Amino acid sequence: MVVVFIPFKALGHLIHNFIRELGRMGCFLAESLFWMIFPPYLIARVIKQINFIGVKTISVIVLTGLFTGMVLALQTYYALVKFGAETSLGPVVALSLIRELGPVISALMVTGRAGSAVTAEIGIMRITEQIDALDAMALNPYKYLIVPNLLAGIISLPLLNAIFVVVGVLGGYGVGAGLTGISSGTYFGGIRDFIEAKDILEGIYKSLCFGLLISLISCCKGYHTGYGAEGVSKATTQAVVISSVSILICDYFLTSILVA
Amino acid sequence: MSVMIEVIDLHKSFNGHEVLRGINLKVEKGQVLALIGGSGKGKSVLLKHIMGMMKQDSGQVKVDNQDIRKPRGKALRRLKERFGIVFQGGALFDSLTAFDNVAFPLKEKTKMKSSEIRVAVLQELARVGLSGAENKYPAEISGGMRKRVALARCLVMHPEIVLFDEPTTGLDPLMGKAIHNLIRDCQKSLSFTAIIVTHEIPAIFSIVDQVAMLYEGKIIAVGTPEEIQTSKDPVVHQFISGELEGPISVK
Repeated sequence: MVVVFIPFKALGHLIHNFIRELGRMGCFLAESLFWMIFPPYLIARVIKQINFIGVKTISVIVLTGLFTGMVLALQTYYALVKFGAETSLGPVVALSLIRELGPVISALMVTGRAGSAVTAEIGIMRITEQIDALDAMALNPYKYLIVPNLLAGIISLPLLNAIFVVVGVLGGYGVGAGLTGISSGTYFGGIRDFIEAKDILEGIYKSLCFGLLISLISCCKGYHTGYGAEGVSKATTQAVVISSVSILICDYFLTSILVA
Repeated sequence: MSVMIEVIDLHKSFNGHEVLRGINLKVEKGQVLALIGGSGKGKSVLLKHIMGMMKQDSGQVKVDNQDIRKPRGKALRRLKERFGIVFQGGALFDSLTAFDNVAFPLKEKTKMKSSEIRVAVLQELARVGLSGAENKYPAEISGGMRKRVALARCLVMHPEIVLFDEPTTGLDPLMGKAIHNLIRDCQKSLSFTAIIVTHEIPAIFSIVDQVAMLYEGKIIAVGTPEEIQTSKDPVVHQFISGELEGPISVK
């Protein structure tokens, strides 16, 4: 091949892989949604996965939420002081957390803690023929493994986001009160006056989308993992990287749609 | 005797490499057939086609005179429920104990009460000689015990057809013999039809009714163990005797 064409070949290969991956993910989602509709509904499996994805991530969410709120208040305070608008600290912190930081950071935390584990678990089940064993028992692997994870992701993320925001706002208040002696009435009153239902809804919509995205990518990568330990490790890394990048890209597009 | 499994002109390729090149095979009801052949030559692939877990490029697999690719929904589930498979590595759920592994299909597929499940599971574990090991996890038991648990999990649903994918691989000769005897005893008491993919030659010949040899994507010989052992076919003879010189090239 002529040397000048090599970059084009590489680019074509990249685009081809991207489209193939997108197609596979789309088919995976369609098949999962199909099996989600029809009974039997494995409620116990969904609850188990909510416990794994949601409940066990609460401590991480509380910790990150607290410090995110605190640092946000700290940064915002020094900016607001320049304009003499320190009393707006509450609404600024709350708005940032509700509309942007809450959904995004909680999603990134879930990706790191639960998404990677879901990929590794499903990947190991794949390479050790446990998924084939389910199929051999006439149990649909989508119904048994994938659907509970998707539902758990969709249910858990908005709740974790809510915890993140509440803890973040409280953390912000702690820093605000410590720095400026701002009263709780001013801080929380401002939040009540400025925050509207659509702000909260925006955060919820984002969380729902991110929940679906994380579960979908994690499950799909695990389900279609490569061979051996290396295959699972690669799938897990890809799941975390793709989920994280997708969250940030989707966040931009969701924001532009929801704000408009 | 009626034909339970029939494979007709089955073809399958992976990335342009043709693994199965027109397989024809019949297994009669209640018979045990050993499927022998070189490593990586498509024996497990054939097994997965028989089970309906892989889709062939062309050809047909019939179970009890019914094409396994035709049924959908409940009919497909009912057909699959007639099968049991013991995977090469056991494919036990590693987060569940031996008891829970065996109980798993009963919990998920039947409406049995937990007391009935307990009785059935303990009975099945006793059948495979694992009484007392019910609370152990797969990682805590030996390879032979894992194969036994896998067999118990398979038999607890009383399948009509059982497929064994190298059930004695990685086991010492004594444990291998014990597993063979266990398969024979279970087959005698439950009368299932079985296909055993194996490399255990000649040990396997004592427990099977028929032997089929897969070579270059085709079944080149089918017969009783005696017929296979006395076969004049140079490929079969070389494979059975384990000689390095002959038509089969060892790469």
